[in-house]
Amino acid sequence: MPPDIEITLNGEPRHVRDAALSKVLETCGYQGVGFAVAINGEFVPRSAYTQTAVNPGDMIDVVAPVAGG
Amino acid sequence: MDKLSLYGETFTSRLLIGSALYPSPAIMLDSVRASGAEIITLSLRRQNPAQQDGKAIWDYIRSSGCKLLPNTAGCKSAKEAVTLAEMSREIFQTDWLKLEVIGDDYTLQPDPYGLVEAAKELSKRGFKVLPYCTEDLVLCRRLLDAGCEALMPWGAPIGTGQGLLNKYNLGMLRERLPDTPMIIDAGLGAPSHATEAMEMGFDAVLLNTAIAKAHDPVGMGVAFKLAVEAGRAGYNAGLMLKRQTASPSTPTIGMPFWRRHD
Repeated sequence: MPPDIEITLNGEPRHVRDAALSKVLETCGYQGVGFAVAINGEFVPRSAYTQTAVNPGDMIDVVAPVAGG
Repeated sequence: MDKLSLYGETFTSRLLIGSALYPSPAIMLDSVRASGAEIITLSLRRQNPAQQDGKAIWDYIRSSGCKLLPNTAGCKSAKEAVTLAEMSREIFQTDWLKLEVIGDDYTLQPDPYGLVEAAKELSKRGFKVLPYCTEDLVLCRRLLDAGCEALMPWGAPIGTGQGLLNKYNLGMLRERLPDTPMIIDAGLGAPSHATEAMEMGFDAVLLNTAIAKAHDPVGMGVAFKLAVEAGRAGYNAGLMLKRQTASPSTPTIGMPFWRRHD
């Protein structure tokens, strides 16, 4: 069993299993295509989710469409 | 036909509309349709999986059939704006971007330095950048040098409804950059403000709050549609020159009761 790591997800601290981004997103409830992700302020394209490692202390932002002016 | 041309695409409507602040998604959709707008702005924000409320508004925006113009509202650096732009391109499947880099929280005034830096990088990455900028001529030139093919100078700070606060600069900008598509973005509060911008020769206007926060947003959508059309028609027809003194419209020759005064 991989150890827990602490990350920040949308500004909130969170413990997740040490895994690829695709797994972390799934564990946190993100499914489908209606969101986009950045780690530490850098965009991560969807095609790279499975090869992207999540490291302790990473700040992950997950965004979705909202109304805007 | 007198169409709006932006980045090689043409549009019949010269009114671009925002999707925020409406009393409900349904009223937003009705207002957008009433305004005749063909381009709508929207944004991205953090979302937790439990919150599905964003999905409804997204469905409504999509059903408007308008071209999507994602913004980078709230970004305070070029780096933030570039990252959010990439996230927008992936979700919305469009290279079009309303670039915002804010330099002051109180006035929401664009940061000219961050704006140029971001515009340069995004143009390099293939984005079609529409920068929300001040009416500063030199900044606007730098944005064109950075690869922007259209500009969006402000009328007044976002959400203030003050209209065109610096008409001298805006007029000079129009005069100095006659061939650049320019959209007055932000600060318009009344249909007459939109008419005024169009009469000055600006190519379009972009607004949100003035329609969304009206007592009757759908009715105000119609009002702005007509105002933009009137202003553009007036510009095309050519305004008369202003004069300092009165000049009678009715002929003075043949005036009855006239007699020579001794």
